[in-house]
Amino acid sequence: MFDSLSDKIERAFKLLKGQGKITEVNVSETVKEIRKALLDADVNYKVAKQFTDTVKEKALGQNVLTAISPGQLLTKITRDELALLMGGASVDIKLSSSPTVILMSGLQGSGKTTFSGKLASYLKNKRGKKPLLIACDLYRPAAIDQLHVLGEQIGVEVFSDRESKDAVSIAKRGVQQAKENGNSVVIIDTAGRLAVDEVMMNEIEAVKKAVDPDEILFVVDAMTGQDAVNTAKAFNERLNFDGVVLTKLDGDTRGGAALSIKSVVNKPIKFVGTGEKMEAMDVFHPERMADRILGMGDVVTLVERAQEQFNVEDARKLQKKIAKNQFDFNDFVAQLQQIKKMGNMKDLVSMIPGVGKAIKDVDIKDDAFNGIEAIVASMTPYEREHPESLNGSRRQRIAKGSGTSVTDVNKLIKQFDETRKMMRMMGDKKNMMKMMSQMKNMR
Amino acid sequence: MGILSIFSKDKKEKLDKGLFVTKQTFFSRLAKAITGKATVDHEVLANLEEILITSDVGVDTTMKIIDRIQKRVEQQRKVETAELNKILREEISSLMVQSDVTDQSGEFTFPQNKKPYVIMVVGVNGVGKTTTIGKLAYQFKKAGASVMLGAADTFRAAAVDQLTIWSERIGVQIVSQGMNADPASVAFDTLKSAVSKDSDVVIIDTAGRLHNKVNLMNELSKIKKVMQKVVPDAPHEILLVLDGSTGQNAIEQCKQFTAATDVNALAITKLDGTAKGGVVIGISDQFKIPVKYIGVGEKMEDLQVFNKHEFVDSLFKQ
Ligand SMILES: Nc1nc2c(ncn2[C@@H]2O[C@H](COP(=O)(O)OP(=O)(O)OP(=O)(O)O)[C@@H](O)[C@H]2O)c(=O)[nH]1
Ligand SMILES: [Mg+2]
Repeated sequence: MFDSLSDKIERAFKLLKGQGKITEVNVSETVKEIRKALLDADVNYKVAKQFTDTVKEKALGQNVLTAISPGQLLTKITRDELALLMGGASVDIKLSSSPTVILMSGLQGSGKTTFSGKLASYLKNKRGKKPLLIACDLYRPAAIDQLHVLGEQIGVEVFSDRESKDAVSIAKRGVQQAKENGNSVVIIDTAGRLAVDEVMMNEIEAVKKAVDPDEILFVVDAMTGQDAVNTAKAFNERLNFDGVVLTKLDGDTRGGAALSIKSVVNKPIKFVGTGEKMEAMDVFHPERMADRILGMGDVVTLVERAQEQFNVEDARKLQKKIAKNQFDFNDFVAQLQQIKKMGNMKDLVSMIPGVGKAIKDVDIKDDAFNGIEAIVASMTPYEREHPESLNGSRRQRIAKGSGTSVTDVNKLIKQFDETRKMMRMMGDKKNMMKMMSQMKNMR
Repeated sequence: MGILSIFSKDKKEKLDKGLFVTKQTFFSRLAKAITGKATVDHEVLANLEEILITSDVGVDTTMKIIDRIQKRVEQQRKVETAELNKILREEISSLMVQSDVTDQSGEFTFPQNKKPYVIMVVGVNGVGKTTTIGKLAYQFKKAGASVMLGAADTFRAAAVDQLTIWSERIGVQIVSQGMNADPASVAFDTLKSAVSKDSDVVIIDTAGRLHNKVNLMNELSKIKKVMQKVVPDAPHEILLVLDGSTGQNAIEQCKQFTAATDVNALAITKLDGTAKGGVVIGISDQFKIPVKYIGVGEKMEDLQVFNKHEFVDSLFKQ
C-alpha cells in the first residue's frame, strides 16, 4: 500500500543524507521533491502546496540533533504533518440508536455495494449487530441481484423491491421492516451518481431526508485523481456526510486522494477496503496510514525512541571517542544495550527504510545480542578498552568463559573492527541507520 | 478552425456535450490564467502548470508540455497569450497517438477481414467494462453487425446477470455458464458458438481485477490463450477500460495490463463527470496505445469514438 509514494519520498530524503544541517538551500530541493512525490500520488495540487510549505517552515526552525540526520528529522516533520492532515485519532461509527441507519453514497464504480456487504458482515460478526441491507440502486443492471448474492454469502437479510423505481419509498419501507424485525443496523446501498447529476443528487438528498440516517458514508476509490476533492466537496455540500470509506487499497495506488479529501471536507476516513472478499476491510487509523504513506514512517518511531534513549552529552562523548579511534568494547556493549532498550529487534531493524521489505521473512531473534554480551562479559576490563590486545590465547580463554567457540569470538571481534572502521568513516555524521543495519548481521 | 470543419456540426455538439464539464472548467481557468496579460510570462506558465496538474495530466507530462512552450517562448522572445491556445493545442495533440484502427469519421467500425472480430475487455474493478461492452454492442448492432457477448466475469456477484440484462436490452446473443464457471472455458465456448453462428463481432467481458494481483493477471493470459484454440489470432482487440476519474495510477494499470495481455486499445469512461480525463494525454504519450472510445454516461448511446483533435479542441475551444 502506498509503496510508490514512500519510495519517492525516500529518494527525496536521500538528497539530504550526509548533510549536516538543514539549510534553506538543501531543504528547498527536498521539499520540491516531496511536492512532486505528492502530486504523483494524486494529492490535490493546492493541498500538496500547502503541505510542503508547512513542512519547509517547520524544518527551517529545527535544530538538528547529533543523533539524527537531517533526512531523518525531515521525515519526522513530514510524517507529523501528514498525520495532522489525515486527522487525529481514529473515529468509530455511531451505533447508538436502534436501528442505526447508515446511508452509502458515492460515484459509480467506487465500491458502495461491495462495501455495504463488508460493513454488514463486520457489524454482524465483530460488533454483535443484526443488520439489514436495503437495495436502493435501482439503475445499474443487476445491482439488486448483486446485493442479494452478497447478503446470502454473509448471512444478512436484504430488503428490496424490484417493481419500484422510488428509492425514497424503498428506503423508508426497509427501515420500517428493520424496526418490526428488530434489526439493530440498517445499511442502505444506493446507486452510483455524479455530483453534477442534479436529478440523482436530489434523489439521495430525499432519501436522507426520509430516513434521517445516523451515519452517511462517502465511498471513494483510492485511485481517484485530482477530482477527488471536487467530488467529495460536492457530496459533502449536499449530504453533509459523516465519514469517508477508502476502497481498493489493495492496489498499488499511492492513495493521495485520502490526504486531500480529509483536508478539504474535514471529515474522518473511517474504513478502508482492501480486497474483494467480504472480510477485506479495516477500520481506518490515520497515524498508521500516515506512516504507511511514507513507508518509512517507521523511521519516525525510530527517531522518537532514539531521542528518548540518546543522551546528547553521551552522544557527543562517543563521537569524540570514535573520531580518535578509541571506540572500545564497553562502548560497543553500551550501544547494544541502548538499541535493546529501544524495542524488539526485528521491529527495529524493519524500521530502517528499504530494509523492512527485505527482511520481512528473515527470522531475527530478540536474543540476538545475548551471545555478544556474554563474550564481552568474559573479557577483562583491560581487554575491553584495548581490543587490539586480544591475541589467540586470550580469545581461547574468552570463548571458554562465555560458553562459545573461538570462531564465535573471532567473528565478533571482526565485526567490532568493521563497526569501528565504519563509525570512523562516518565521523561526526554518525549514522544510526547504517549502524543498525550493520547490527543486523551480528548473530 | 481547420480541424473543426472536418466534423459535422451535429457530431461536434454531441462531443461537446460529453466533454462539457471538462471543456468549461479547463477553458474558463485557462482564460482566467491569461486574462490581462499580453505575453506568456512566468506567472502564466505557473498557472498553466496548475491547470494541467489539476486535470490529472501528471507532473511529468505537464513539465514536458510546459518545457515545450517555454522553448517556443524563448525562440519567439514573446508569445502573445492569444497564441497560447494554439500552441497548447498543437503541443498536446502531438503527444497523443491517433487510433489507426478507427477511421477519422468517428463511426464505430471494425476490420471486416477478421471474422469473428474478437474483443476482450479488461480493467480494474468498477471502471465500466460491462457498461462499455453494452454500449459497444449497441453501436455494432446498429451498424448492422451480428454481435455475441461472452460472460467471462464469473466472479463478481451478479456479474453474469448484469451482462445478460445488457444483451437483452440491446438484442444480441450471449454465452454464459453461470457464476463461478471457469472464465477461460466461457471464452472458449463463446468463440465456438460465434464461429458456428457466423457472428461478426465477439466481445468478452472479464472480471475486474487490480493489476498488482499476479494470479489474476495470469488468468487473463490464460483466457487469451484458450481463445486462440478456436480463432488463432484472437483476441484481435484487447480493450483496457480506464476510469476517467482515476489519477496517475491509470498509468500503472496500463503498464501492467499491457504486460499481461498486450493491450492495444483504450476506453476512458465517466467523462461526463467533473474529472478532466487528463491522464489520457500522458498514457497516450507513454504507451503509444490509442484511445478508441470515451464513455460519457450510463445509457447505451453514451459512448463515442475518441478523436484526439476533437478532444484537445474541445478543451481549448473558444
Ligand atoms: N456516469 C457514467 N457512469 C458510467 C460510465 N460507464 C460506466 N458507468 C457506471 O459505472 C458503474 C460501474 O460500471 P460497470 O460497467 O459495472 O463496471 P465494471 O468495470 O464492469 O465493474 P466490475 O465488473 O465490477 O469490475 C455503473 O454504475 C455504470 O453505470 C460512464 O461513461 N459515465
Ligand atoms: Mg463488470
